[in-house]
Amino acid sequence: MKKIVILAAACTALICGNASAQDAKVDPLHVDVMLKFAFSQAPKDWGGRTDQDETMKVCSAARNQPSSAQADAIVAREKAKIKYPDDGKLMGDWKKGEAIAQSGYGMRFSDYPPRRPNGGNCYACHQMTTAEVSYGTVGPSLLEYGKIRKFAQADVKAVYEKIYNAHAAFPCSLMPRFGSNSVLSIDQIKDLVALVMSPESPVNK
Amino acid sequence: MSASDQDAATERGLEQYRRMLKADPWDNPGLLDSDRGEVLWSAKKGAKNVSLAETCDLGKGVGKVDGAFAELPRYFEDADRVQDAETRILWCMERFQGFDSTAFRKSPHPSGGQPVKDIGAIATFVANKSSGMKVASKADHPKEKEAIALGEALFFRRQGPFDFSCATCHAESGKRIRLQPLPFLSDPKEAKQVVGEWPAYRVSSTHVMTMQHRLLDCYWQMRLHRLDFASDVSVALSAFLYDRARDGEIAAPGLKR
Repeated sequence: MKKIVILAAACTALICGNASAQDAKVDPLHVDVMLKFAFSQAPKDWGGRTDQDETMKVCSAARNQPSSAQADAIVAREKAKIKYPDDGKLMGDWKKGEAIAQSGYGMRFSDYPPRRPNGGNCYACHQMTTAEVSYGTVGPSLLEYGKIRKFAQADVKAVYEKIYNAHAAFPCSLMPRFGSNSVLSIDQIKDLVALVMSPESPVNK
Repeated sequence: MSASDQDAATERGLEQYRRMLKADPWDNPGLLDSDRGEVLWSAKKGAKNVSLAETCDLGKGVGKVDGAFAELPRYFEDADRVQDAETRILWCMERFQGFDSTAFRKSPHPSGGQPVKDIGAIATFVANKSSGMKVASKADHPKEKEAIALGEALFFRRQGPFDFSCATCHAESGKRIRLQPLPFLSDPKEAKQVVGEWPAYRVSSTHVMTMQHRLLDCYWQMRLHRLDFASDVSVALSAFLYDRARDGEIAAPGLKR
């Protein structure tokens, strides 16, 4: 295959040996090339999914423990990506939020063409209500999150920003960038903010 | 009930389920697939009418199965690449039995409720013939070392719309997704406990899953596309996982949720 020969040649030319300190023996270009040839059934428009932006490159190499300087750069870069609702209201409907938190649907290769909106799959990683016992522990418990913070407006904004792009507050966070990676819409994020911060939500009862 | 009480009760329930799964090793339906794999290993196929038993070298000599799985993945000179068990079995079938793998590669793994395919059944047999031995995958040849290093880089590589790497879920102790406990796979202590259990019978999908299938399933969840069977990526990840699991016990087929 011509493609392999050309890319292999590129790999043995000047650009190789560009390894970061963390992966001293591995050429990042080699990894990129391996990934380009590992998904032969993927449609063309999936090609970009194995690409990494600057934040993902840094977090991967640092194994999610960035240096102080790296962390500052990530926060600045990711904060700039946050978009806010046009009407300035950050809270939506917690009942819709609960459905979004329960759903893991969306963006897997079996989810095309999409039959429903993407979910946030929050319960995969977080405890949220006492009623839902099937919750994960990759992230902290969000039980009574709003209640503990006395439903402060500053925390409503912080939750919105956290869901939109968690790296703005916690560089190299494990949490997906639901907003800036276009997984969830702004309205969906508002519904999740309500789930976490509304006094009426079961999270805070 | 407080959050921590709820956690403790959940953990007790999960622990009880795990104990029940291990109570009687003979009630593992995966053993039926292992038996099927044994028959397939000795079955004559192709234009030359030969069996894998007569032609296939899994690393310890032609036809030798005992202990072969324990030393995989390893570099094979005839293929000039590092291969895991499934990749090697496919290679042998193509080379010696003239197996046309086109259809297989499009759909190498069973859907829910379907039994594991022939190559997976053979891999289950081969793995079972190393049960009780220690993981001793090869790490001497430069290409073996390279595969392990590439696997490690892949393990920590964050990508896709969810920014997931393997490490997102598998680089910490004591975590779960929903109610599924997550092994700390980059830590030898935990890798040794679980990696040797693959291929494993998955109760929830009523079939054996092989390591290649498990990796494809992870990449599906990570919002990437179908991981090619026997791809360099899949072999490198396996090489890394088995290297971390070194000296762990092989107990295949395992039995899992």
